[in-house]
Amino acid sequence: MSTATQVAYLFTALCFILALKGLSSPKHARNGNLIGALGATVAVVVTVAQRHLGHRVPIIVAIVAGVIVAVPAARMVKMTAIPQMVAMFNGVGGGAAMLVALDEFLRLHKVDSTAAAIAVAFTAIVGSVSFTGSLITFAKLQELMTGRPILVPGARVVTPLVGLGAVGCGIVAIATASHASGSVTFLVICTVLALGLGVLFVLPVGGADVPVVISLLNAFTGLTVAASGYVLDNTLLIVAGTLVGASGTMLTLLMARAMGRSITGVLFGAFSGSSTAGSTDEVVSSDRAVKSAGADDIAILLAYARKVAIVPGYGLAVAQAQHTIRELVDLLESRGVEVFYAIHPVAGRMPGHMNVLLAEANVPYEQLKEMDDANPEFSSTDVAVVVGANDVVNPAARDSVGSPIYGMPILNVDEATNVVFMKRSMRPGFAGIDNALLYHPKTTLFFGDAKDSLSKLVAAVKAI
Amino acid sequence: MNNVGLLTIFMLSIFVGFEVISKVSAVLHTPLMSGANAIHGVILVGAILITGTASGGVQLTLGLVAVVLATANMVGGFVVTDRMLEMFKGRGKAAKAASKGAAGEAGPASSAAPATDRPAS
Repeated sequence: MSTATQVAYLFTALCFILALKGLSSPKHARNGNLIGALGATVAVVVTVAQRHLGHRVPIIVAIVAGVIVAVPAARMVKMTAIPQMVAMFNGVGGGAAMLVALDEFLRLHKVDSTAAAIAVAFTAIVGSVSFTGSLITFAKLQELMTGRPILVPGARVVTPLVGLGAVGCGIVAIATASHASGSVTFLVICTVLALGLGVLFVLPVGGADVPVVISLLNAFTGLTVAASGYVLDNTLLIVAGTLVGASGTMLTLLMARAMGRSITGVLFGAFSGSSTAGSTDEVVSSDRAVKSAGADDIAILLAYARKVAIVPGYGLAVAQAQHTIRELVDLLESRGVEVFYAIHPVAGRMPGHMNVLLAEANVPYEQLKEMDDANPEFSSTDVAVVVGANDVVNPAARDSVGSPIYGMPILNVDEATNVVFMKRSMRPGFAGIDNALLYHPKTTLFFGDAKDSLSKLVAAVKAI
Repeated sequence: MNNVGLLTIFMLSIFVGFEVISKVSAVLHTPLMSGANAIHGVILVGAILITGTASGGVQLTLGLVAVVLATANMVGGFVVTDRMLEMFKGRGKAAKAASKGAAGEAGPASSAAPATDRPAS
């Protein structure tokens, strides 16, 4: 590798550090991302331009193919579908790392070190888990499959066995790497088992916990990239992979904390049978009495309130109602009602997701209150309007010790004088847990698609 | 480079990785995850290097598939992150575009215009 190439890689590594630094502050986030993209571009151009590179034309064609697939996908994805898009991109990254590892193993006689063989086996296993794991999270978020935890019969036995099998085959492959051609077969078996492990690993995770898993798999992929860097003797891959591994682990912990969950609870909760959000099949008591009302009644409630809290959730996002809710809020404000948005850290499908969606609708920052600022306000709030949210306002998280979501910080909307739930149906939230607040006497339900309902409300408030 | 040298880089990178994002607001968790996701797309460099030295059809095919996947990871990751962050920054432009769209649906939306003209901080 020429000195110029190495200097370019150093430049890229610094760009990546600055990118992560920038992404941690709202002011510099966008520039941070652009710096990261610049660094990545430099690294790729320099690598492709290397004098001794073979197969240059097919490589360039492959890169162009990747761009043609990814750019339109990333451009056109709806903001509500961002989490699964991130999961998908993470998955293909893990898949790429796995393929690089396999390819490297095919010519391991050139590397002939046990440490390198270990790194290759590590990448094959973890990259595979990241690949299939991410595809399952994608399927869960895209609602191609249920968001509830899926317990494969015998998973308690099968999952560890598959894991041990993968590691065992990996060890055999490492041990025989330098002298037997059969070692490749073992690595392939190891990879196949690891692909299965990724599926088994993510299936039992409850829907509400999926973002934490995406973040964890993201960190995993980072580590595989670092391991590939070791095998290829490439410092850029080591630095970049480790940065992502470390910051991804940190981010996973921060996210889990924001949701009041422990990592072990997220990953293995379904096995202990108690603590994964949504693991229990609480009876959805649809026969209990609820109070529902039409647009006119609720419009009057809102228009003559002093202070109104809006609690947006994923339902708002799905209905693309962020612009309509802003219209309603503007209308109420013009009548002198004080309105604020109470944003739960994990409103939407990922931490910060709701902020992105409301920013898209140009909701002023001053109206957005984070959970810690919003909670003291509810006791003086006349009406709390919960739009398409459920789990993040479920008092069970605070009061009911046995509940799967017990301990998750929630928005205390039950302290408001009146609560209005805008829901499509009595179906429980993403975590699949019934919400006692729905049956409370101070609660009024307004059924319908969030956007339709909000449009009706806007019309009704105007008519007053 | 020798193993100790690589290990040194590895250890230092861990600390930098922890340090750099130790305090980050929940608002930015999603973009940050997405940005970090794009960064590990740099496995593309590894995929290119290994494809460039491939001998035989199997090695070449594996390598090229890895290049396609890694490119998708990297390019898609950066584009999607930028789209998210676009929502936070450059609100002046976004506000105009949105108020145009909203004006068609409802007039009163413009009453809040002064509030949105304030620069985002």
